[in-house]
Amino acid sequence: MNNIEGKVRIPSGCAIAAVISKDGNRMTGEKIVESMKPMHDRSNGLGGGFAAYGIYPEYKDFYALHMFFNDRAARKECEAFLKERFEIVKSEIMPTRKIPAITDEPVIWRYFVAPLQSNLHNLQLDEKEYVARTVMKINCEMSGSFVFSSGKNMGAFKAVGFPEDVGVFYKLDEYEGYSWTAHGRYPTNTPGWWGGAHPFTLLDYSIVHNGEISSYDANRRFIEMFGYKCTLQTDTEVITYIMDYLLRVQKLTLNEVASVIAAPFWSTIDSKTDLYDKQKHEYLRTVFPSLLITGPFSIVFGFNGGLMALNDRLKLRSMVVGEKDDKVFIASEEAAIRVMEPNAENMYAPAGGEPVIIKVKEGAF
Amino acid sequence: MALLFYPEFEVVRNENRCIACRVCERQCANEVHTIDSESGLMLSDETKCVNCQRCVSLCPTRALKIVKSDCTFRENANWQDDTIKEIYKQAHSGGVLLSSMGNPKPFPVYWDKILINASQVTNPSIDPLREPMETKVFLGKKPSRIERDEKGNIKFKLPPQLELSMPVMFSAMSYGSISYNAHKSLATAAEELGIYYNTGEGGLHEDFYVYGENTIVQVASGRFGVHEGYLKAGAAVEIKMGQGAKPGIGGHLPGTKIVGDVSRTRMIPEGSDAISPAPHHDIYSIEDLRQLVYSLKEATEYKKPIIVKVAAVHNIAAIASGIARSGADIIAIDGFRGGTGAAPTRIRDNVGIPVELALAAVDKRLRDEGIRNNVSLVVGGSIRSASDVVKAVALGADACYVATAALLALGCHLCRTCQTGKCNWGIATQREELVKRLNPEIGKEHLVNLMVAWRHEIKELMGGMGINSVEVLRGNRLMLRGIGLTEKELEILGISHAGE
Repeated sequence: MNNIEGKVRIPSGCAIAAVISKDGNRMTGEKIVESMKPMHDRSNGLGGGFAAYGIYPEYKDFYALHMFFNDRAARKECEAFLKERFEIVKSEIMPTRKIPAITDEPVIWRYFVAPLQSNLHNLQLDEKEYVARTVMKINCEMSGSFVFSSGKNMGAFKAVGFPEDVGVFYKLDEYEGYSWTAHGRYPTNTPGWWGGAHPFTLLDYSIVHNGEISSYDANRRFIEMFGYKCTLQTDTEVITYIMDYLLRVQKLTLNEVASVIAAPFWSTIDSKTDLYDKQKHEYLRTVFPSLLITGPFSIVFGFNGGLMALNDRLKLRSMVVGEKDDKVFIASEEAAIRVMEPNAENMYAPAGGEPVIIKVKEGAF
Repeated sequence: MALLFYPEFEVVRNENRCIACRVCERQCANEVHTIDSESGLMLSDETKCVNCQRCVSLCPTRALKIVKSDCTFRENANWQDDTIKEIYKQAHSGGVLLSSMGNPKPFPVYWDKILINASQVTNPSIDPLREPMETKVFLGKKPSRIERDEKGNIKFKLPPQLELSMPVMFSAMSYGSISYNAHKSLATAAEELGIYYNTGEGGLHEDFYVYGENTIVQVASGRFGVHEGYLKAGAAVEIKMGQGAKPGIGGHLPGTKIVGDVSRTRMIPEGSDAISPAPHHDIYSIEDLRQLVYSLKEATEYKKPIIVKVAAVHNIAAIASGIARSGADIIAIDGFRGGTGAAPTRIRDNVGIPVELALAAVDKRLRDEGIRNNVSLVVGGSIRSASDVVKAVALGADACYVATAALLALGCHLCRTCQTGKCNWGIATQREELVKRLNPEIGKEHLVNLMVAWRHEIKELMGGMGINSVEVLRGNRLMLRGIGLTEKELEILGISHAGE
């Protein structure tokens, strides 16, 4: 595997877009792929990707592992490892189209798995922690194998190339999901490695991100204390781990997470009149100072049943939100939203640090 | 046998300018200057001169200069001037050589071999004049789990924290080693700045209890001036296990400085030497430290953070790991260039390690062990400027201790003879006529000015990096690059070389 990615830090600019149906109505990937076309210049052909939720209803109780392998030997080795830890209910080659715009693909494979209960019991771990650790172990220790998606009833699809081509390559028009996110990448070097494209995921969490965070190493060195290993040295990776830590491990709400990573300034907190709200912000900033994220970012965070969009607290990256009927659209540029829904309404640019949280109706996903 | 060698400094007096006003004579506690009553000319006894620059600064006609004597022994790279003189001194006195202030030897200063990053193109720099730029930090243990009540609201339970308006505090200097007016300047400046000063091991003068909210009270091996009221007076309690200038030994304040209020504050008789033992005699191991930490927590009802201050020594990472598990809330690490009011020269110049390396090693070790959140890290010895602060924070410090820089702001000229008690600047002395030379109002103003200037500079440097809160400068080593360092040094500092 080309390991330039992970050995050096790679800042990158980007385009992001997302769409979600609050009613849980499923849409094919066509629209989201289209949305990336007007933002073509925000990418440079060195990475594009998508995350889709609700796409594997028939396997919804199993973790869907999407994997890149350098070669057949790496796959065989990794499969032996997976069999020691999981029951594999299905394994198959990822369906793709051969197109001239996407070349040099690695071996791409997809597994639906369930953790072996005896292992969980022995290790005294809950299921998600067990899966997360396994993913981390493969990505850190097994050269030639890389897990790029590991959630239930969701999946990430990414490649080196422009996002609109990546969508065609992965046949996203054949998938149906209630929520989609997309990313086009403008990295400032030429890693040419598929694992480095976005979205970055862990379990059902996915991140698409535009920006370059100046807090990166402070965030990384803090989060690595809790068992995460930042192997890619990208902002998106560390943000994903921060989200996982705050949501899954610390059990914060999405709003609270936003108050940690895009914390209001102390002067804003001091002027708050709602005492609980004020104390909450003081507390979160005091407890998690190293998880504040500074520098420009706009992110769309995907999870089972919803999305959260968030800008850095100075709003140093563009991001707009629009609506139409049951759907909510988010993108770096309004043009992308208009492609998905020409009649989108209530278009607005959320303020820096103001989270936009959209959840699918209970039971609808 | 007399001690015979040419004085280190020469007093150069421009007779054309000298008006024999005798200011120099009155200002010099070392009694260098006298007037010849017959000729009316000023005379100098250079053997007594320490080059404190007091007479130079106050001479109204600028008639005075103190220069290093060019009368030296025959040059010898091995037997240098100082080395030879020290031999003469010891042959004469049979005593241990004493020195003051930090290690002056030409050891590497790693701060000067580290460069700071700035944003270009891919990431905007932030202008602190136009955007908020936050320097506030909290020191103390952070909880490892968020707890909620039955309604799902977060329980705002926190171990005691120190809130600093900027990541700098005034380091420990005892009342006794420095003057009442120096302490008052530090206390009032800390209050105005929203930071803390530190009593050192000499107790807290009763006049300064009102500054308790901005005071860290120290408990050292001599336990001078320690009582319940003292512990409760401060915002935090610091256990002094060691000092960067003299790791492995205790303190020694000569009886001549134990006068009046100093004696009362230290709770020891006037004129008796205040000798703090090398170790705490109730701490011979790490488990004993834990007992003292918890004794102090009991005494202060778990309302105040406990700081454990240690000198940077070879095994500092393991030591810090032990302290982080001892219940301490904050670890202060004092590097080998840290100052002192008096230390044996051999120890000051040869024992301990640079704080940059100690900090990097400790921060890494605590993170590797997953316990960095148990404690905050404060480093000192020696932090000389805002860029040193920024580099220290980026290496992993939560805050810095400064003492020498603060003394310079008060007028100190680093003549390094504090141990004589004849400080002409009114700082390291208890002689009333000298103490009153330091006006605590002006002292405070200078300290506040210095810190305000540093805060501006810290904000500028942070803004350049695109960081608008000092919280995420902490441990952000990617913002640093080494220059002219070996692979090993870079490895220990955990930074890349410039150009990488």
